[in-house]
Amino acid sequence: MTEARDPVIAVIGAGPAGLRAAETLAAAGLRPVLFDEALRPGGQIYRQPPAGAERPPAQLYGFEAAKATRLHGVVARAAGRIDYRPETLVWSLAEGQLDSVGPHGYARLAYDRIVLATGAMDRVLPFPGWTLPGVFTLGAAQIALKAQGVALGRRVVLVGAGPLLPLVAHQLRKAGANVVAALDVTPFWPKLANLPGMLALPGTLAKGLWYTARNRLAGLAVQANVQALRVEGKARVEALVWRDAAGREHRIACDAVAASFGLRSETQLADLAGCRFGFDATTRQWLPQVSAAGRSDIATVYLAGDGAGIGGADAAELRGERAALAVLEDLGRKVDGARQGVLDRGLARHARFRRALEAAYPFPSHLLDNLPDDTLLCRCEGVSVGTLRDAVGRCEVTEMNRLKALTRIGMGRCQGRVCGQAAAELLARACEADIAAAGRLRGNPPVKPIPFRKIEA
Amino acid sequence: MTENLDVDVCITGGGVAACAAAVALRQAGLSVAVLEKRRCGAGASGVNFGGVRQQGRHLAELPLSRRARPLWDDLAAVLGEDIEFEATGHIKLARSEADMAELERYAEAARAHGLELTLLGANAVHQEMPWLGPQVIGASLSPTDGQANPRRVGPAFARLARKLGAVVREFTPVRHAVSTGHGFTVTAEGVEVRCRFLVNAAGAGGGMLAQAFGEIAPVTPLMPNMLVTEPLPYVISRSIGVCGGDVYVRQVRRGNVVFGGGGGWLDATREFARPASDQSLGGMMRTLQVVAGLAEAHIIRTWSGVDGQMPDDIPVIGFSATEKRLIHAFGFSGHGFQLGPVVGQIIAELVTKGETESPIEPFSIRRFGAESSSDSRANRHVEH
Repeated sequence: MTEARDPVIAVIGAGPAGLRAAETLAAAGLRPVLFDEALRPGGQIYRQPPAGAERPPAQLYGFEAAKATRLHGVVARAAGRIDYRPETLVWSLAEGQLDSVGPHGYARLAYDRIVLATGAMDRVLPFPGWTLPGVFTLGAAQIALKAQGVALGRRVVLVGAGPLLPLVAHQLRKAGANVVAALDVTPFWPKLANLPGMLALPGTLAKGLWYTARNRLAGLAVQANVQALRVEGKARVEALVWRDAAGREHRIACDAVAASFGLRSETQLADLAGCRFGFDATTRQWLPQVSAAGRSDIATVYLAGDGAGIGGADAAELRGERAALAVLEDLGRKVDGARQGVLDRGLARHARFRRALEAAYPFPSHLLDNLPDDTLLCRCEGVSVGTLRDAVGRCEVTEMNRLKALTRIGMGRCQGRVCGQAAAELLARACEADIAAAGRLRGNPPVKPIPFRKIEA
Repeated sequence: MTENLDVDVCITGGGVAACAAAVALRQAGLSVAVLEKRRCGAGASGVNFGGVRQQGRHLAELPLSRRARPLWDDLAAVLGEDIEFEATGHIKLARSEADMAELERYAEAARAHGLELTLLGANAVHQEMPWLGPQVIGASLSPTDGQANPRRVGPAFARLARKLGAVVREFTPVRHAVSTGHGFTVTAEGVEVRCRFLVNAAGAGGGMLAQAFGEIAPVTPLMPNMLVTEPLPYVISRSIGVCGGDVYVRQVRRGNVVFGGGGGWLDATREFARPASDQSLGGMMRTLQVVAGLAEAHIIRTWSGVDGQMPDDIPVIGFSATEKRLIHAFGFSGHGFQLGPVVGQIIAELVTKGETESPIEPFSIRRFGAESSSDSRANRHVEH
């Protein structure tokens, strides 16, 4: 039987996973529709500067310049076989149809299969002063650097709970910024203990050690096991105060802070698609369930890259290609079994590395244990930690959606993407219950704010 | 293990009317159990627009709505919760001469119920709200109407009911309800309740429970499609509706503009309603025509929920036609929020006195005709 038309395959996100998925589908003779919020392809990791502000890839992406350049060329090399839609947000998804808004207004697409390669964002945890002007995330620091060539300030303090910390420190220093401190809120010893596991990807481990070594040579040693944080300042950041394991407070004068605490997957579209989610106890977040080949529990929905659990850029490339092969296989097309094997073995190595990395950078629970009541938790709606605790005590709240209904936490612009995980952690602490029992916010469209203006465009 | 409860009144459903009934019954000294299939106040009571409106109601509902209105003035104090109630007034806009004629007719009929409405011509309405679109040619203002935060009202009633000694069980769907002759046995998830009176306040599920007692109530799911903007400067000082009902919009004090547009859809579970993107876009377009100042705003969230819709657009309230101590209160057809507190009182009156002063005859379940087949009478149980 011949098909009346080629199936419509949508790919959401033009980062490493989405680009590789689209490339693979195009190579198989399909014409995938590739949606991306950014102006140019590359995702967050290989973000490109806007036209007119280009800089050499080696300067922007360091060791990864060749990979970045290759991915940036995917759409052009496909020569029309990828229907690429930049600056376009997919804001809703249900039962085989997606809604987008972009330069040409609102549009709807009926798809046969969809690959969600929605990526990740910084995991944000609140601490006193975290919303003062001059406080950024590590990801935001990278965006400012890659897109605009902007360092954050004259005296920058970096705070992290993952491998991004030494990398951003290195990148900012290379760009000429004065990084006055790099603080790691996770302990040092698990990194040593998990070195053997990280040997699953010796090249990646070597790069991490190299960044750390270069930072050290430049006089910047990462301070591990930071116990508590506080940003001080009247109208903007003036200093960061931190407490060490021995309970001593240290004060560093600075005019910019970039702080994040690992990454979190962007899962809203998988949620709207109806994918089954499970609680991941290591990263302490709810993730869509996905097979090694990228299949979700819904026949038409595939997941690739950091949106389906953090794996990093290199794994994202493999996962994108692997999910595309699963799509082709499920459509009854012939796929290269040897290539599948190569990808599966590569992904298995990445999985071993990832387990070791996650153990090396455990979730920094301690930062949330003694937060003062007046610390802002939900910045969109201006709700403090104390309001959450009060709602739990007064109204017997035990679950995230009820918490949202009564306190407005997670009800604002970000829809809980920024505050949701911290709110779940604090809710679990306040009810003395397991974090998984706090549940997760029910997703509703739009996944990001959508404008009235585009209606008549 | 199944828990056994013995109470005077068992209420199925945990919305505003149900929990308000529990409060009133406890105040009358009766023992009460509330069985809610999910969370109290999270169904139609919690996801609606938040209008506290008398204007525009079906004339049969106006006496109840009039009686409900003063309750809202004291509700925050009674519940001990900021429910964000504010008598901002409700203004209903006319976009054609026919609309205006309809508003004039309604104002006259409402006056007979003691509801004073002020008719405004084009100049007056544009003077009061200079940001209205040009197609608005007049309006009717109900100054005593207002708005409240629906997400807070239901849960607060449930908490008060519990504080007064009612048994309130959440995540407790009712499986069977059978008449025992002098009362009922209600079997729910994990609990069996024996009661003298049974109150059916099960919203969209109310029809099935009625059917289990041989009664016809053709209730269908109604899924409002709601939207909200990011916070904007506070401008829309009144709750707004239009003739035809296709635009309704209000702005909360913190600045978010809440509005509705069309209907959502029931997902595969048939339990959860979800907003529909095409309906949302249609609602945005229609609302923009009325409130042009929204052009630069963004929608941050949409939502839906399930209410019970009756074919004649008014609820079922009152005694069962087939079962002596069964009381119905469901099918509020998308406008039960304002009525909730008074419906609770009416239910309590029916239980304690066997009657109520409020004229509830128009809401009798008899209007749909009784089912007479002996099969359905014998088979008195329900799955929902």
